[in-house]
Amino acid sequence: MKTFTLLPVRSLLEGGRESAKPGSILKAGGVDLLDRMKEGLETPDRVVSIAHVPGHDGIEVGPPARIGALATLARLDSHAELRRVYPALADAAGGAATPQIRNMATLGGNLAQRPRCWYFRQAEFDCTKKGGAQCFALNGENRFHAIFDTDVCCCIHPSATAVALLAYAARVDTVGTRGKRSISIEDFFVAPREDPTRENQLAAGEVIEAVVLPAPAPGSRSVYKKLKEKESFDWPLVETAVSVSVSRGTIQDARVVLGSVSPVPRRARGAEKILAGARPSAELIARAAEAAVAGATPLSQNAHKVRLARVMVERALREILA
Amino acid sequence: MGKDKLRLGFNGHFEEKEVEIAAGDPTPWDPSQTFSILGARTPRLDARAKATGAARYSIDVRLPGMLYARILRSHDPATVVRSLDLTAARKMPGIRAVLAIAKPGDALRFAGQEVAAVAADTPERALDAISAIRVEYGARPFVVEIDKARADGAPLVFEGKVETKTSAGDAPGAKKALPRKGNVQGPRASDKGNVAEGFGKADAVVEGTYSTQVQTHSALETHGVVARWEGDELTVWASTQGIFSVREELSQTLGVPLSKVNVITEYMGGGFGAKFGAGVEGVTAAKLAKEAGAPVKLFLDRKEEHLAVGNRPSSVQWVKAGATKDGKLTALQLIVHGGGGTNGGTGTSGPLKNVYACDNVKTEEFDVFTNSGPSAAFRAPGHPQGAFALEATMDELAARIGMDPLEFRLKNDPSEVRREEFRIGAEKIGWAGRDARRRVPDNPALRRGVGMGAAIWYNTGGTGPKATVTIHRDGSAEVVHGVQDLGTGARTMVGIVAAEELGLPLEKIAVRIGDTRMPYGPGSGGSTTTPSTAPTIRAAAWQAKKKVAASVASAWGVPEEAVVASAAGFSMNGDAGKRLSWKEACGRLPEEGVSATASRAENHPDAWKRFTAGAQFADVEVDVETGLVRVRKVVAVHDCGLVVNALTAESQVHGGVIQGISYALYENRILDRATGRMVNPNVEQYKIVGAMDVPEIDVTFLPVWDAVNNTHSVGIGEPATVPTAAAVANAVSHAIGARIRSLPITPESVLAALDGKARVAAMPGRETREGGRA
Repeated sequence: MKTFTLLPVRSLLEGGRESAKPGSILKAGGVDLLDRMKEGLETPDRVVSIAHVPGHDGIEVGPPARIGALATLARLDSHAELRRVYPALADAAGGAATPQIRNMATLGGNLAQRPRCWYFRQAEFDCTKKGGAQCFALNGENRFHAIFDTDVCCCIHPSATAVALLAYAARVDTVGTRGKRSISIEDFFVAPREDPTRENQLAAGEVIEAVVLPAPAPGSRSVYKKLKEKESFDWPLVETAVSVSVSRGTIQDARVVLGSVSPVPRRARGAEKILAGARPSAELIARAAEAAVAGATPLSQNAHKVRLARVMVERALREILA
Repeated sequence: MGKDKLRLGFNGHFEEKEVEIAAGDPTPWDPSQTFSILGARTPRLDARAKATGAARYSIDVRLPGMLYARILRSHDPATVVRSLDLTAARKMPGIRAVLAIAKPGDALRFAGQEVAAVAADTPERALDAISAIRVEYGARPFVVEIDKARADGAPLVFEGKVETKTSAGDAPGAKKALPRKGNVQGPRASDKGNVAEGFGKADAVVEGTYSTQVQTHSALETHGVVARWEGDELTVWASTQGIFSVREELSQTLGVPLSKVNVITEYMGGGFGAKFGAGVEGVTAAKLAKEAGAPVKLFLDRKEEHLAVGNRPSSVQWVKAGATKDGKLTALQLIVHGGGGTNGGTGTSGPLKNVYACDNVKTEEFDVFTNSGPSAAFRAPGHPQGAFALEATMDELAARIGMDPLEFRLKNDPSEVRREEFRIGAEKIGWAGRDARRRVPDNPALRRGVGMGAAIWYNTGGTGPKATVTIHRDGSAEVVHGVQDLGTGARTMVGIVAAEELGLPLEKIAVRIGDTRMPYGPGSGGSTTTPSTAPTIRAAAWQAKKKVAASVASAWGVPEEAVVASAAGFSMNGDAGKRLSWKEACGRLPEEGVSATASRAENHPDAWKRFTAGAQFADVEVDVETGLVRVRKVVAVHDCGLVVNALTAESQVHGGVIQGISYALYENRILDRATGRMVNPNVEQYKIVGAMDVPEIDVTFLPVWDAVNNTHSVGIGEPATVPTAAAVANAVSHAIGARIRSLPITPESVLAALDGKARVAAMPGRETREGGRA
């Protein structure tokens, strides 16, 4: 690893300003950054640390809820009130990685972390995401890769919390050298077609400050589910977060989100359309789950993920519409 | 020399045998004997040191002025080194030694092969310096898939003769010259009876092709050494299973006399078969240390560990088997192609040839070379692969003739020990009710299944080891023996055997192991450590105790034979006045105490011999909508001879079962077919079973008194992992009603089996194969 200077800062704005300078990079928990630096994917001269900036790790459940970007996944998991109102977020945070990692990893870092694609993660593969000419996974070893939007870069987005936040229609508040802004979580992510070398639209000098979750509609329920090969320390094969509100036996509104299936977390709008205005039934759930995976373009080794995604959506819907 | 009549056997199956006892060796323990500590559950002597971090593993060794070394490795699977320029690296800050490992013109045959190395004052500077080494490579065509390597016109891994950089102890028996065509070497063949006639007599014949993946050893402590020269004498702290085989390799490679090479392994973080020699890294460290005039630490990182220092070869096994309708095997046939990269890939025929009785058995084994890291011996070489194919075949054949798989095995198993183990295990797992439990109430997506597999192993230890036991005047004792403890509990085993023989509490015994300046100890491979070491320790303790008895006899003025030694001390038959406690007797010893150095006696040729037997049963749960498999429970019943320490023996079985589950469901070295590089050289994407995925493991030992050696001890490291994957795979097949023919068993392979697909889609890191006949 290249020698670097660690620069702790006192505010997020200062963090933004310092990290925008040449050869600098922002660090919160540092979980993902350290991996990338060890592999030589990042070679900063200065690591600007916001890890100890005070005042940004709070969880106000509201609703609407406001969660500081520096709140750890462990705190999201253990916050009883958050879990009561936004269970899918608490479960997504609590099921990620390992206890040690969850103690260090922050919500902001979880959203801004980079994909775990094994080609991207090794320096010797000069892939599209690194600015290279080809996606090695497209015709390579792609068992764990995307089944949607596979045309440019078929990595999958690694953030579990993003999947839940999409289901809650959250917003990402940022602070930076060009001021503050609030971005819908759906607009926050950048698809490879737009730019394969990044996953979100954070500008240079811009730092996530908080995540804001609107108040759930009356009678709404939500759930996060994932499928992992191993229970200990494993990434999901597929994951889903679903939020629905039901009134007088009819589904008013539904948000169905799929994770680990595409370069950015994906709303299954086809499924949502089928659910909205309908009365829950086994047949409806099956149809919605089928629609959630419609249009998938699986790769040579991951056709099974289409099936797994369908099953997980079906199970999630069954659980909250039962 | 004398003959002793001994009661030998197990459970209700004892017989009297006359066994010849070598001079200087005690008579094997008798089944009527009661033990003070042997066989009890004794915590490790080093448990506290390990739990607190006080234990110093080789990777923890830090010496004053020590340098840190790194190795530059090729990124590509087949290249020729055109030129190598070390000058820029030499000029980097903190660099103290630079060494070319490959030279211009050398062919490099796998991604990760060693090119050059540097030693620097910090690990970071060493890493920086290797990237400053300028190498020009000429690319050559390569092949990393075993089926493509077998094809006509495939790029040749070895243009000329096969050269492999193996370390002492790797791939036993793989050295014999065999015919080679293209990348395919072999066969190693065996032929008993006549399989054609055997299949002719069969009422049912099944055949299938089974494939297994490459598994890397993934020991927690990586390969490496700390090397220090003092004048012309070399001392090396190594992470090794064989301090003496490391010494041998260093002496030969460096031209230093054996007497001037010392190898030390105080604590070790696992080897599983891949750590017998000094290896390229060990030799390189010694050379760098010489050049720099300072001690050098060279330990590999996790990626290097996956790429270059050993693995369990992949296999594609075609098995055919026939049986009569009353359940008698008539013929067994195996053709296997094993992918060990630049090393051998075979050795899977053991279970098929040796577990079940069959008059007609034919096996042919082929190594298929590919441009990938070399295989090395791995916990029961060939056997988990072989057991997987054989036990699946046994289940299929049983189904074909309409016989219960347990009954079918009992009919064909010649080992009375294993038949007993099968019965014990079947009872514990609830074999009889297994069909009724297949459906899970309240969850239509789940199925449960139970499967089994047989373990076999062969080694009983042997001569070579020596140990010195000293009894001091205060009654305490010291054992010195150059064995290393891989984490198995060997250190504690040594102490227990001495404590038992001397009648002393374990706290009174100092155990010194892990140094080649001590009497020779065995390499820890082939499950031979305990059966080699324990009898040696016992003999030395017995001889030392006899010396105490002799001094008592001389004080009493009686012949030595008249003195009786017991846990209470020494006495004389028929003379109540002549009685000395152990402490009193030792107190009369001269200042230097008494010492005895004993050698391991030959295995008794007229002992109660058998192959080491084991039986395992797995209870699994399968989600038929997602294909996900969870192992609920494993019952492991094993012959471990006479157990020295129930706690660590059980721990060995736990480890074998856990590693077997990991092999069955998760581990898989995946090579990118386009570039020949490994895509998952870490422990994140190279998936190893974790604590949450480990099921309940129920271990039972069946004590066997065999008198092969004076302690009846048998190694358990390997048999413990032989049948686990086979039992898990059979349990999954039972649960879903479809045969699983490839490892690892993944959600997609389960779904494909459920879909009744004859051909499993190509999987990363594995070869395509025929699904075999359903």
